Amino acid sequence: MFVTSAYAQTAPAAPNTPAAPAGEVHTETGVAHGGEHKGAFPPLDSTYFASQLLWLVISFGLFYLLMKKVIVPRVGGILEHRHDRIAQDLDEAARLKAEADAAVETYEKELAAARSKGHKIAETAREAAKTKAAADRTAIEAELTEKLAAAETRIGEIKVKAFAEVGQIAEETATAIVDQLIGAKASGDDIKAAVAAAKTEA
Amino acid sequence: MANDPIHQFQISKIVPIEIGGIDFSFTNASLFMVATVACAAGFLYFSTSQRSVVPGRAQSVAEMSYEFIANMLREGAGSHGMKFFPLVFSLFMFVLTANLLGMFPYFFTVTSQIIVTFALAILVVGTVIVYGFYKHGLHFLKLFVPSGVPGALLPLVVAIEVISFLSRPISLSVRLFANMLAGHITLKVFAGFVGSLGALGALGIGGAILPLIMTVALTGLEFLVAFLQAYVFAVLTCMYLNDAVHPGGH
Repeated sequence: MFVTSAYAQTAPAAPNTPAAPAGEVHTETGVAHGGEHKGAFPPLDSTYFASQLLWLVISFGLFYLLMKKVIVPRVGGILEHRHDRIAQDLDEAARLKAEADAAVETYEKELAAARSKGHKIAETAREAAKTKAAADRTAIEAELTEKLAAAETRIGEIKVKAFAEVGQIAEETATAIVDQLIGAKASGDDIKAAVAAAKTEA
Repeated sequence: MANDPIHQFQISKIVPIEIGGIDFSFTNASLFMVATVACAAGFLYFSTSQRSVVPGRAQSVAEMSYEFIANMLREGAGSHGMKFFPLVFSLFMFVLTANLLGMFPYFFTVTSQIIVTFALAILVVGTVIVYGFYKHGLHFLKLFVPSGVPGALLPLVVAIEVISFLSRPISLSVRLFANMLAGHITLKVFAGFVGSLGALGALGIGGAILPLIMTVALTGLEFLVAFLQAYVFAVLTCMYLNDAVHPGGH
């Protein structure tokens, strides 16, 4: 729209400027002038049809041959090669992934085995320690019992001995007392009997 | 004639050649056909010469265009159509490169000549017809007889199918030709306004900004059209080749 008005400005302006080049006027009526000077409208002018056809056949024919023989096989080859390469790489990746998965599986299996082995070792150690502790305790207890028994025996012996000595002491004491009291020596058998009687009473 | 928007389509002889009274001169159009082939083939050749598994930028572009056309053809004509891959790929690269080269100022646009696009379209349709008859014999004519049409309507449908088939080379060639031609004329006309307005003094220079913006915008659009028309040409080629591979299958 704007341009149409600009065009309109050009038309009256052209005659006002005498220095305007002739070509400017031709701009507006180029088609008509072209027709006057050259005969036909150039793109439809049949003068050069034969020449254009010949050169089109030559150039396009060459181009077609070049495409068919060189470019298309080459680009097709590049694309195919890449396609193969990608497929190959994908296969390789899948294979590596499977390998990695297998490795992970092995690792986990081994880890589990090691873990159970560790458990077993710990269990054994714990068991051994427990057994040893129990054995030690039993041994110590037995020793203590033994010592206790020995002590008790000794106490009993001492007791018996003491009791035996008590009779003797009592006899001596009684002899001494009787000596003091009656000034006569009591017979040993009497005293012994008396002490024994007293012992049994006590 | 620098401002003449048609001047860019003018063919001029570079090396006059005449064989048997017919003018086969090497013209600026021929020059740009050769340049198109040299650019496209050179790019594809040198970008893929490394054959890297991990492509660089240029090789990526070459591979992308290869896969782009390969997918287009496989979707359009099935895996049997892949034998036409070099043809479709060549057509696409040729048209695309010619269109893009035409975007350079002072360069000749090969695809803005009706005879060039018509020849390419005839090549496509000719391939369809030749291959269709070679592969399927007279069964190829089933293309014009869709199955499941009531007998009374059949002559009409067949006539329509034949007309649509015959109009294919015209529509294919005119679409590309007209797009390139119209785009370049429009671009040139708006660019011409910038110069004409700029010669008018301060006010004119101010006013010239508008066509300048338009020219910049149109240049972007023309790059899109350059790619789009090459794409459309290739897609339609794939669809037409599908008829040659699977006649009556649509």
